[in-house]
Amino acid sequence: MQIGLFSVGDVSADPTTGRTPTEHERIMNTVAIAKKAEEIGLDVFATGEHHNPPFVPSSPTTLLGFIAAQTKTLLLSTATTLITTNDPVKIAEDYSVLQHLSGGRVDLMMGRGNTGPVYPWFGQDIRNGVALAVENYALLRRLWREEDVDWKGKFRTPLQGFTLAPRPLDGIPPFVWHGSIRTPEIAEQAAFYGDGYFHNNIFWNAEHTAQMIRLYRRRFEHHGHGPADTAIVGLGGQFYMGRNSQDALREFRPYFNEAPVYGHGPSLETYMAETPLAVGSPQEVLEKTLAFRNYAGHYQRQLFLVDHAGLPLKTVLNQLDLLGEILPDLRAGFAEGRPAHIPEAPTHASMLAAQGAHEAPRHDAVDDVTGTSPYEMARA
Amino acid sequence: MTNLVVVSAGTGIPSLSTKLADRLADATVRGLGGEVQVKHLELRTLARDLADALVGGVRSAALREAFDMLCTADGVIAVTPVYNASYSGLFKLFFDMVDRETLRGRPVLIAANGGSARHSLMLDTAMLPMFHYLKAFVAPTGVFAATEDWADEYLVPRIERAGTEFAAFMRAHPAPTPEDPFAVADFSTLLGN
Repeated sequence: MQIGLFSVGDVSADPTTGRTPTEHERIMNTVAIAKKAEEIGLDVFATGEHHNPPFVPSSPTTLLGFIAAQTKTLLLSTATTLITTNDPVKIAEDYSVLQHLSGGRVDLMMGRGNTGPVYPWFGQDIRNGVALAVENYALLRRLWREEDVDWKGKFRTPLQGFTLAPRPLDGIPPFVWHGSIRTPEIAEQAAFYGDGYFHNNIFWNAEHTAQMIRLYRRRFEHHGHGPADTAIVGLGGQFYMGRNSQDALREFRPYFNEAPVYGHGPSLETYMAETPLAVGSPQEVLEKTLAFRNYAGHYQRQLFLVDHAGLPLKTVLNQLDLLGEILPDLRAGFAEGRPAHIPEAPTHASMLAAQGAHEAPRHDAVDDVTGTSPYEMARA
Repeated sequence: MTNLVVVSAGTGIPSLSTKLADRLADATVRGLGGEVQVKHLELRTLARDLADALVGGVRSAALREAFDMLCTADGVIAVTPVYNASYSGLFKLFFDMVDRETLRGRPVLIAANGGSARHSLMLDTAMLPMFHYLKAFVAPTGVFAATEDWADEYLVPRIERAGTEFAAFMRAHPAPTPEDPFAVADFSTLLGN
């Protein structure tokens, strides 16, 4: 079971002080939070991708590369990478480089974006959202898997004899998740390829999330990737912990009430009743999180949204300390009753082991002038 | 069994909009004959949930139940008070939150309640375009009731006629079976193979 954080990267005022961090502070705070995630023993840090204020993560691989340099074990991911408006060639290049730099500590989650205008900003049309996600991802997969790509599609310049450089680390593309809150076609896409499916599990009631996951699991089996209960499922979630419930509610309420996404909407109590948001003692957060399995089945990745709504860095780090305290119980809880045939989410290491350890890279780069190969020279 | 859903955006208790809606429902039930299940949606009871859904993105259990009712309705009677020459904000918000495909091909009887007969064309200028946008089948005869109509003997036969015609309209236009929102085409068709 992978447990980690996903960050939307909003620059929001702290409603209790009125202070808004600068974009620079927010970016550096994100780095501090990711480092803290590794320190407390979390497995994953995933950044959002946004191209408009009040968000800062417009260049995810720059951020993740910087974090990769300062961490050792943390798996770096996205939530989400815009497969609709980014050029799939650039995505392939960026994440291929990040794989090499981080030693394979990379996977990514495809998504379509949360704001309409991002499409025209990048020369696309939101009405083609799903079609873009389908075509671009189909190309992305080929770029990572084939050395010589001839390709023609609707949305991008054709390619003739294109070779992605650099090739993925050890010839193994990063594992891919597909995030979708309510679009069945995306769950189908994840199932078709045998990729992971992630539900953000923030806004919707459990019944809805459960239906999306059931669809993905059923279609995963249909497409021949294995039994439905072995499909690779990830869930989001959010919490705020205090030493006791009353403290947690009192401390979090002003942030909830002013939060950019749901502030000035339902009451905190309603939101907690209707959605996975857990605000309470560590024990309460533990119990609510472990109950996700009741509707999602045994799953592979749990990401929490912690740094948002203007919560100051100090508070976020404190929340992570509390998360670190319940982490062993969380892991034990997730392991409880988990049948042996339920797989873990694939990682670079596990895919490398499956492929056969230490196999030579599929593509020996050759200097096109001298004809020498650094691989041959290394072997000589 | 026929399912008739009666939506009223009346805000008072009692409400003339709701009274109009109930009478239209009675007339429709008489016209339909047989077994009819009538379900009432009083939007005033959903006002807070609708605002929360709009701003906070969370659909309450009560809202989900209301939307499910529409999905299985053989006919919908939709009644609003007139505010500023149009439907009320509450009425619009409810239909803004309904999934876009819900009303496609579903028979709808429109009616409104206003302070003056001078608003009566709002059925055609405001309500009709919205329901057309949602691809509902709107019955040709709607009812506009001005305050003075409630003292006018002709309101009763107008309601009766609208109900009788709506019953015939419902029989002529069976509502489509609701689509499974989680149904999906095989990915190979999405890939264009």
